[in-house]
Parts: sequence; C-alpha cells; structure tokens
Amino acid sequence: MRTRASGRTVGGLRTLSLQAPAVSLLLMWMLVPLVMTLWFSFQRYNLMMPSVSGFAGVDNYYYLLTDPSLWTAMGNTLLLVGWVLVATVVGGTLLAVLLQQEFFGRGVARLFVIAPFFIMPTVSALVWKNMMMHPVNGILAWVAGLFGLPAIDWFASLPLTSIVIIVTWQWLPFAVLILLTAIQSLDDDQVEAARMDGAGPVAIFFYITLPHLKRAISVVVMIEMIFLLTIFAEIFVTTSGGPGLASTNLAYLIYIRALLDFDVGGASAGGVIAIILANIVAFFLVRTVAKNLEN
Amino acid sequence: MSTLTLKNIVKEFTSGSGASASTTQVIKGVDLEVKDQEFVVFVGPSGCGKSTLMRMIAGLENATSGDILIDGKRMNDIGPAERGLAMVFQSYALYPHMTVGENMGFSLKLAGVSKEERAEKVNAAAEVLQLGPLLDRKPKALSGGQRQRVAIGRAIVRNPSIFLFDEPLSNLDAALRVQMRIELARLHAELKATMIYVTHDQVEAMTMADKIVVLQGGVVEQVGSPMELYHHPRNRFVAGFIGSPKMNFLDITVTGVAGEGVTVRLPDGSERLIPVVSQTEDGASVIVGDSLTLGVRPEHLMLDAQGPFSGQVQVIERLGGVTSLYLATPDGSGDAPIGGLKSDEQSDSGWILMADGDVNSRVGDSIRYGFDTERAHLFTREGLALQNLNRHPLTSLTRQDNSLSSASAAQEARA
Repeated sequence: MRTRASGRTVGGLRTLSLQAPAVSLLLMWMLVPLVMTLWFSFQRYNLMMPSVSGFAGVDNYYYLLTDPSLWTAMGNTLLLVGWVLVATVVGGTLLAVLLQQEFFGRGVARLFVIAPFFIMPTVSALVWKNMMMHPVNGILAWVAGLFGLPAIDWFASLPLTSIVIIVTWQWLPFAVLILLTAIQSLDDDQVEAARMDGAGPVAIFFYITLPHLKRAISVVVMIEMIFLLTIFAEIFVTTSGGPGLASTNLAYLIYIRALLDFDVGGASAGGVIAIILANIVAFFLVRTVAKNLEN
Repeated sequence: MSTLTLKNIVKEFTSGSGASASTTQVIKGVDLEVKDQEFVVFVGPSGCGKSTLMRMIAGLENATSGDILIDGKRMNDIGPAERGLAMVFQSYALYPHMTVGENMGFSLKLAGVSKEERAEKVNAAAEVLQLGPLLDRKPKALSGGQRQRVAIGRAIVRNPSIFLFDEPLSNLDAALRVQMRIELARLHAELKATMIYVTHDQVEAMTMADKIVVLQGGVVEQVGSPMELYHHPRNRFVAGFIGSPKMNFLDITVTGVAGEGVTVRLPDGSERLIPVVSQTEDGASVIVGDSLTLGVRPEHLMLDAQGPFSGQVQVIERLGGVTSLYLATPDGSGDAPIGGLKSDEQSDSGWILMADGDVNSRVGDSIRYGFDTERAHLFTREGLALQNLNRHPLTSLTRQDNSLSSASAAQEARA
C-alpha cells in the first residue's frame, strides 16, 4: 500500500475490493431513491390517470414552480424551522443553566424536562390538540377563562404558531440534554477566576458560559435543522396543513401532491426541490458549524 | 501597605441533610499574620487544608467562623472581586475563547475601564512578563510556561493588594518549574507585593518563602522562616516534612539531664549528649528514664568506622555530588523506604544517609556510621521538640536577604 505525503492511503485493487460491500450498500441506500425520484419527476405519472404516461420534460417543474402553494410551503418550512430553532436554543440554554444549579429535587426536575423527548410525535400532537389547545376542553382555554379572557381556537387562528409550540415542546429536551452536558464540562476554575475578576452571574453567563456553549449550540442547530425540515406527523395530526395552506410545509405539500392528488410526478418534482433546498441550507450551515467546531 | 490577618478561622463542611448530617472540620482554627510585601508559603501534605484556606482568603469559600482581615478591614462578607486580591490557579483557568490580551484585560473590562487605559495596563504587564508578542494569540496556542505567565499577567493587571498562588507550578516540567520559580521571586521583588503561595513541594517553599506556614489536618503546625523550620522544627511532623530526603527517627532512652543538654543511650549502649533544653514548649520536663525520639537528618549522618550505628546498604542513589545510601538497620528502626534486598524477617524501611558523591559503598555492604550531635533533634512521645540550646544563626534570614538587590543595597549602606 502506498502512502501519500498527506497520509491518505491510495486505494489499490485489494483495498477497493474490501471497501466495495460497504460503499455499494451506501450507494444503493442513497442513490436508488434519489435516481427514482429524479426519474419520476420527469414523468407523466398520475395514479388517477394511468393511461397518461411517458416523458413529461420539465412540465412537472413548471407547474410546481408557478404554483403559489410551493412558495407558501417553503416560507412555512423556513418559519417553522427558524422559530423552533430560536426557541429551543434560547430556552435550552437558559434551562440548562438553571438545571445546573444546586437545588432540592434537581434530579427529578431534569428527568421531567427531558421526558417530552421520549414521546412519539403523533402522541404529543394528539395530546396538544385535544388536551392543551382544544378551545373547549383544553387546559389553555381553561387558563384563559380564569383570567376572564376568551378561549383561543389555536389551530384555526394561529395554526403555524401552534405547530411551532408543539415542535418546540418536543425538541427543547434535546437541546437541554446536549447543552447541559456541555455546561457540566465547563471548568470550575474558569468561573472562579471570572468571579475574582469581578464578573457577576450575568457577566459570567455572557463571557464564560455562552462562549463555552458555542460548539454545543452549533451541534444542536445542525441536528435539529435536519429533523425540523421534515416535520410531518404534527401537521398531519393537528391541522392537516390548514386552514388553507397556512400550516403546510414542504414535506406536507409533497404528501398532498402524492397521496391526496395522486400526482406522483409532481410530488417527485417537489421532492427534488426539497433536496435542493436542504442542500443549500446544509451548505451554509455545515460550513459555519464545521468552522465553529474547528476552533 | 497590604497585610492579611486571620483570626481563629474555622471551616466546616456539612454532608448529608437533616438528622443524618455530618460535619467535617477541615480548618480547625487558624491564626496567621502576613506582613506587607511578605512572601508566605502554605505547605503541607495533600488534604491538609492549605487550598481551602487560600480559597477562604480569596473569598471563593466562606469561613464557618473567625475573621479575615485585609489591611485591618474585615472581609468575611465581601465578595471575591471587591477584596482587591488576584489569584493564579493551578489549571491557569484562562478563558479559552479570548486572546491573551483579552484574558489579561478582562477584569478591567468588567470594571468599565476605557479601551486605551486597558491596553496600556495590559501592555505594561506583558512587558514585565515578556508576553508582548503573544497578546493576540489564543491560550490554546501557548505552551505551558507561557500560559502560566498569562495567568500571572492577568493577576498583575488587576494591581491587587495581595497575590494568591494556588500550586501554580505543579503542571510544568522540572526545568520550567525552576525557571518560573526564579521568575516569581524576581516578580515579587519587582512588584513589591504581598504574596501567598500554596504548594505541596517543599523545594518551592524553601526557596521562595519569607515565611512558611506548615499545615496538617487543618491545623498550623509551625510558622517560621525556611531556616527556622529546617533547624528548629516545633514538632516531629514539621521535622519529617521539611527537608529532603526525610529525617531519620530512632527511639532512645534518656540517661541524664543537665544544663548543657540531654544525654541519651543509643542502641549500641553508648551515650551521647544532645545540646537541647529539657523542657518542651508546653512545659513538660524530661527526666532520666524517659523514652524519646532521636531525629537526625540524612545530611547530618556520616560514615564512621567507630560510629554508634550499623546498617546494611539496600539501595544507592548516586547524584554525582552526593550519594544517598538507604540502610536497613539491625533493629528495623527508621521509616525510609528501602525495599531492595529485604527478606521476610527484615523490615522494609530503614535509614537514609547522605554521603559524599565519591563514597564507594556497594549494595549489600555493612557499614557503621555516626551523627552530628550538635544538629540532632529530640522529640517527646507526643512529638514535641526539645529545642536546641543554640539558635542557628540563619534562622531570621528571609528570602529577600538572599537576593542581589538587597545585598548590593547593604553594601552601599556599609560604604
């Protein structure tokens, strides 16, 4: 085996043959769905009209891109991802700092904060829909009643906000978990040195804790972003993307196209657009995160 | 002027809660006086409470009872930043995301000092420590010695009344440690500041201190100049702790008490007069027939064919200039680790003798040796020392008397 100056091994026939099973498995895993999606996106393929088939050119893309519902869905996707990220990172950091303090029952409190992460999305969405945000039976309506305020019909009047709240509730534990472990690795001496330097709790948070958490926060942002781009169950269970398209994100739009409109070709084109969007986001994100992790 | 006074400081830690709570006293009433510009070293075995004591002075821990006075003002309820102290941590505790300059200027930034003034002070401190070219680097890009200097620089910038050092050199390699030791001594002379230094390394304590505080189990065993501790230890613990290799101890019997000293019988039946007083500091008198402990430092033992002791050489450590002989004694006395040729009936500890570097003894040799009675120590069963009749002439020497600047000043004064 020859070795380059960079220390990287140059694959000969032997090493290639050893790598082949893993590489081909991964290729199949990734390439087959991708190629199939690409293929369908250029086909006339509607389950309601089996007789109409064949190459469609860029028609699927044309109809999709000129359809205002795509842009609504894209906007909703970005809003959903953005607000959930902001809420989980800010809330997660503050909760992590809080749960790091010594207080009676800290262990139980930590368990309770982390618990929502173990609940499957469908169930949590049902709980929020029927027990929390329901305008008649919901706890939030009851609380509003205590103050003499009218109940809010969450999913009708604030559909996207409601979904942001549900998803934040689910993902906050993840952020807390990662950030809490990161906070625990903060050197006590550093905090004490800062105290000797005259830093109060607020200054310690901004000058010592937050810079220490920078890496962990970028990890949280990266991982959450991957999952939040594809939020589906919460929308399906609560608003079904409505009213109108008010809470339809890209994943839900593709679902509507493929399984409600039976337009496999158009849905595949939407899938390709989603892939491109995810890659654009990933390109900027991964670069900043990688830069962050290097330092 | 910056002085520190500790009055009957007690620190208790409570573990558990409610009825099962148990209290551990880690500092059991410490009194201490630190003068202006003094370099005081807290030394003791690990767990003796020296770091806790320093953290209480710094304000990072609260004293359970007692008073901490800085410049005569009670500081117990004042936060660490307002006490006007600066601390250098063992781990350096530099802020990793700030540059060297930002690290050093952090306290000024928090105090709201303007950018220009901050830069000026940081540059001045960097000048003293030769950190100028490193100011824009992150701590990660520095070597251990440089990080150490940054940590000291961070302390200097604050212009504190008292510097606190918590084992600052223990993460450095041996050569760097010697260098930083000298640098710290130079800084002390240059800054004319009061410094308190915690270490478990007695070489650091002996070389740097004006005053050493020996702690054990939360109690101050002795306070004094390095030479005082070496020549006139108050008790057996201090005698064993100060000096390397450790002092040898032997149980002996008193056969005579007189004005010029105490006569003791050695294991070989011979008698020696040790010039010490016959009373301990708590007033107990020694009488004929008492059993005492004889303490002799390895460097005060000498090879002597007519000497009262005999032993078999188990280990030899040759350092060139001096040679340490680890000796198994016939009666198994002594507590230096000798390992080596020991067989089952032999004790695994013995005496250490420091001989000339050219001594040609070999492992397994049986040798006879004697000791310098003038420099021998006697301890009672309780461990208290019988003080030598003759004060050693160097006991009042402080470290400043050893440095060049004061020597030249003294010469000028004479001229």
